[in-house]
Amino acid sequence: MSFEVVVEVVLDDAGLDDRPLIVGVDVDVLFGGFASSSREAIRPIVDENQQLYFYTNQYEGGVCDTYTWCTGAVPEQQISTTLEFLTNEFGNDIYTIAADYNFGQITAAWYRKIADEVGANIMEEEFIPLDVSQFGSTINRIQEADPDLLVTLLVGSNHASFYDQKNAAGLDVPMSTTVNMAQGYEHLRFDPPALTDMYVGVNYMQEIPTDQNQTFVDGYYERWPDADYVGQMAQNSYFTTYLYKQAVERVGTTDQDEILATLDEEPITVEAPEGTVTTDPETHHVTHQIRLARADENHEISFQNQQAVEPYWLRETPYPGCDLTETTGASEDEEMTQYEPEGV
Amino acid sequence: MTALLPQVLNLLLQFLDSFGFLILSAVGLAIIFGMMGVINLAHGEFITVGAYGTALSYHAGLPLVAAMVVGVATTTVFGLILEFTVVRRLYGRLLDSMVATWGISLIMIQGLRVVFGSSLDSIGTPLGNIQYGTFSYSTYRLLLAGASLALLGALYWMFTATEFGTRARATIQDEEMSRALGVDTNRMYLLTFGIGSALAGLTGALYAPTMTIVPGMGSTFLVEAFVTVVVGGASVLVGTTGAGVLLGAINALFSNLFGTFAGRMALLVTTILIIRILPQGITGLLNQIREEEA
Repeated sequence: MSFEVVVEVVLDDAGLDDRPLIVGVDVDVLFGGFASSSREAIRPIVDENQQLYFYTNQYEGGVCDTYTWCTGAVPEQQISTTLEFLTNEFGNDIYTIAADYNFGQITAAWYRKIADEVGANIMEEEFIPLDVSQFGSTINRIQEADPDLLVTLLVGSNHASFYDQKNAAGLDVPMSTTVNMAQGYEHLRFDPPALTDMYVGVNYMQEIPTDQNQTFVDGYYERWPDADYVGQMAQNSYFTTYLYKQAVERVGTTDQDEILATLDEEPITVEAPEGTVTTDPETHHVTHQIRLARADENHEISFQNQQAVEPYWLRETPYPGCDLTETTGASEDEEMTQYEPEGV
Repeated sequence: MTALLPQVLNLLLQFLDSFGFLILSAVGLAIIFGMMGVINLAHGEFITVGAYGTALSYHAGLPLVAAMVVGVATTTVFGLILEFTVVRRLYGRLLDSMVATWGISLIMIQGLRVVFGSSLDSIGTPLGNIQYGTFSYSTYRLLLAGASLALLGALYWMFTATEFGTRARATIQDEEMSRALGVDTNRMYLLTFGIGSALAGLTGALYAPTMTIVPGMGSTFLVEAFVTVVVGGASVLVGTTGAGVLLGAINALFSNLFGTFAGRMALLVTTILIIRILPQGITGLLNQIREEEA
């Protein structure tokens, strides 16, 4: 049986209140939200209205929510597989600069946690307000600390100015991130060598050298010839639509209660441009193909160390102990917590 | 001593950097506000126009300096057109002019996004860097600080030594009397708005090589611009310069010791204190001192 899925794009730039969308339009499924701040504004409304919601961007992890499925990669997948490699390669002293809101704060905590596990040392952390675009003093302070590895968790167009300013100031240090390049394609927007030795654990970048991905990228540019880059958000939203399609075909209806239940009962696998992706009913996240991507001095991207990484942390007991299969589908006793790494 | 010297240099460079950013952010706004009493809430977008003009002509193949001239020229023409069509009707109506310019700002941000997309290719900062101790600093950013000083000097000359400056100051002091004495005040306002726009355009042109060029980039200048004008008070040159020195020093010190966030907090706390103690800003303080001496 097959269903024609009607996708309606509802542009809602008002930002933080999506109530009219759910209550007024009565949608079967909601995709959306770019920043973690908007996702956290959307979730309470989603939960209140028992609305199936897919958040497709990479984020800081930890959301355990009956009605929300997070199909982007999370730090437990991106950092745990890359930080040990990087500290072995470059040294143990790490300096973190991060955007000053929930994404940056929590991801920085993840770096602390995993640095502890691999025996590395976070020398200093600096949280930078989102409207800052001038990084002179930050660059000075990094030079003073002289770290082996710089973790950049910068977000948005203001923060993107950092790379060029760092380059102009002659600050030369390997960098690690969970967001840059795969999302904002800084390696194409900035002249080399600003992003030299930037490492990111990614589930997707358009440069992934597989035939499967090449077909996707070609198709994308055929459909949208003016697109600047096919980023992880595009890929995640693409395969998530196919996940949803499979769920609908399995139950034979777009009824939300039945879809929520079937998603909780057994994993669904799709062949995404990144490779095989499998849902995890316990945590409402997905197993991703994680690769360590690196930009060289010409901003050419290379990949290494590909492995399938489960969203393992959320279901660890006793903490966080997320298990959304305890009650299948919609639940009055809904779980909607966002857990953060403890003790770091 | 060897460890201290680079630290002192750090602070000095940081101060020059903050000072330059504050002055260049504020000067266009300060002129239009100080001379015409119009609060231009689209000031940030005027800066954006300067940056877009520069980036687009640079990518079209012009050398950087020529591209900057195009950026400034574009913003000036743009400002003159707005003065003629919108702002002219709103003199003496402070709140109305704020709403109108805010509307212009919103239209411009979305308009730029519709026409040019979510971002332009960056230009890349020229001129390399200077080394001292374990530190290094972008030469171009030093040049920006120098440009802000040169600009203040040029404005001082323009207002005190040219006929235009005399007429402009007469218009601020007493519009009716100046008109009676043969000054075309409408023309003065048009020119002043043009100069304010050109300066905003210059700021955009100068900072274009150091930033990501996006429709909303003007907003990063706005806080610094308003804070400087508020702390400086109505006097365009003395007030703005004084505010640049004071706020630049505080911002540099706190950023250097405790990070960007602390620098920003210190900047805003200082502004709140100044408004509380000196409602007329540094200009008010100077007037007070002058009166006491007299």
